Amino acid sequence: MSGTLAVPAGRLPPDAGASSGSLASRLLSDWQLVLPLGLFFLAFVFGPLALLGYVSLHTNVSLEEVTLAQYTKFLFDDFNLGVLGATLWLGLKVTVLTLLIGYPLAYLYSVARPFWQKLLILLIVLPLLTSAVVRTFAWLVILGRQGIVNETLLALGLLEMPAKLLYTPTAVVVALAQIELPLMVLPIITVLASIDPNLRQASQSLGAGSWRTFFQVILPLSAPGVLAGCLLVYASSVSAFVTQTLVGGGRQMFMPFYIYQQAIQANNYPFAAAIAMILLFSVLGIVVLVNLLARRVRVLSHG
Amino acid sequence: MADATYGSLKVEVQMRGESIASRVERWSFGSVIGLLSAAAIVLLVAPTLIVIIVSFTSGMSLRFPPPGYSLRWYEALFTNSPDLWRAAKLSFQVAALATAISTVLAVSAALAIARRPVLWARFLDSVFMSPLMLPTLALGLGLLVWFNLFGSGVSMTTLVIGHVAITSPYILRTTCASLSQLDGVLLESAKSLGAGPLFTFRTVTLPVIFPGIAAGAFIAFMMSFDNVAISLFLSDARSEVLPIRLWNIIESNLDVRAAAVSGVLIAVTTVLVILMERVFGVSRHVR
Repeated sequence: MSGTLAVPAGRLPPDAGASSGSLASRLLSDWQLVLPLGLFFLAFVFGPLALLGYVSLHTNVSLEEVTLAQYTKFLFDDFNLGVLGATLWLGLKVTVLTLLIGYPLAYLYSVARPFWQKLLILLIVLPLLTSAVVRTFAWLVILGRQGIVNETLLALGLLEMPAKLLYTPTAVVVALAQIELPLMVLPIITVLASIDPNLRQASQSLGAGSWRTFFQVILPLSAPGVLAGCLLVYASSVSAFVTQTLVGGGRQMFMPFYIYQQAIQANNYPFAAAIAMILLFSVLGIVVLVNLLARRVRVLSHG
Repeated sequence: MADATYGSLKVEVQMRGESIASRVERWSFGSVIGLLSAAAIVLLVAPTLIVIIVSFTSGMSLRFPPPGYSLRWYEALFTNSPDLWRAAKLSFQVAALATAISTVLAVSAALAIARRPVLWARFLDSVFMSPLMLPTLALGLGLLVWFNLFGSGVSMTTLVIGHVAITSPYILRTTCASLSQLDGVLLESAKSLGAGPLFTFRTVTLPVIFPGIAAGAFIAFMMSFDNVAISLFLSDARSEVLPIRLWNIIESNLDVRAAAVSGVLIAVTTVLVILMERVFGVSRHVR
């Protein structure tokens, strides 16, 4: 809380950082420190994405006339709209499922003893850092014709023939839920740790039972973590190319594979670019919308 | 002593005073949380365990449970899998280069961003974090079109550039978080004791933020090593990275070597994560 708060946004005296005494301020100015990453992002993140948007406004790669043809082609076709709908719907289902089992896991972590906390956090972080291709491959082994699920059902006599479990919508949801679960659990763990434990005791000693304490005290206070987790899981699962493709198979088309197919297999770059733009702005739109709604709710609930 | 007695007495009174209804409620709450958490833990752990078990199969298919156990698929990795070794080597090189470059870029930017609550710093922060929210495949396609337009085509260099774009957010995040823990008083006292900026950085700032940087770099390396969406567009036919080679094996003929590679990757990841957790507390930095 040194003088930095007083510095007006936008205009910065050249040695403004000196008050915070960081290396930054005196050897190099803040702008000089940010510049390399800033230039990199302009050249290799926002430049390419802008170019992609530009390409999507043309009929072919010679980039002659500007037209919305790719977008009308996408938006006036039931198949394309179906792919978009299936992708956004998939994201929602994965988000709900990860929240349903991820929240209790985060809650369990927050009330566990330190030893169990260490073990739990390892179980949560390990999958996050293990290759997604490997974790997706595991589902092919589990759900395959000779996989554990089919073999068990056959052995129990519940099935006569191996069932087709892979390449179904449910398989994609379950596999993706496993892949994205850590992204839901970690932000909720963080927010639960910041809740004053006295609040729970106060609520209970005032006569509220476990369920009421949970729904009226703990859950509302953990809303920011739930929100962060949901957005991360949603954004990540709608663009989870590997899992969608391997577990979903060729029958179910989702937006990421559609982009890949149109670009690499059909060589139709403008259309692929348009699909990418539509996916990008759908995700962006949903993230912004949910954030705005959350802010509205927060303002309302605080009077 | 007296306090302890009083405490246990109070607990006893509370227990005796607890109505059946509230006991049922407490029990039902605990069992719902327990059951759902158990489902989550099984979902997190089971797939990995099943892959490890299958990788030791003596059979030719991915049947579970395996008909028998052997090391034949691990032997196959060492005797006739030059394709996998080549891919692993390339993945390692790309991940190492991308991590090194993004560490320099992101730590430098974090030093300027982290200690400034002003608007532009928060804006830049969300700009630099955006690759985590954007569909990576769109970025990969954009980069491919970009490099084709400027005539460079795709190469090892373009692959590394693509990976830097997706790895730098992780390092930026962990470094910013560590910098926010840095006590301004420490820096002030270093300064008032006559330490120069570089000396202060080396002896005060760096030791405090180093675990954050290391954790971020580790996560960045793993994310790069595992990336498919960017590599798919930015590598040519000759340079196939490991996750894509693995993906091709899985998609074409479900070769059991895929299980052995997975087994090796799981083992290496587990050892590295436990090691990094002990030394730098990685899990504190992913939250």
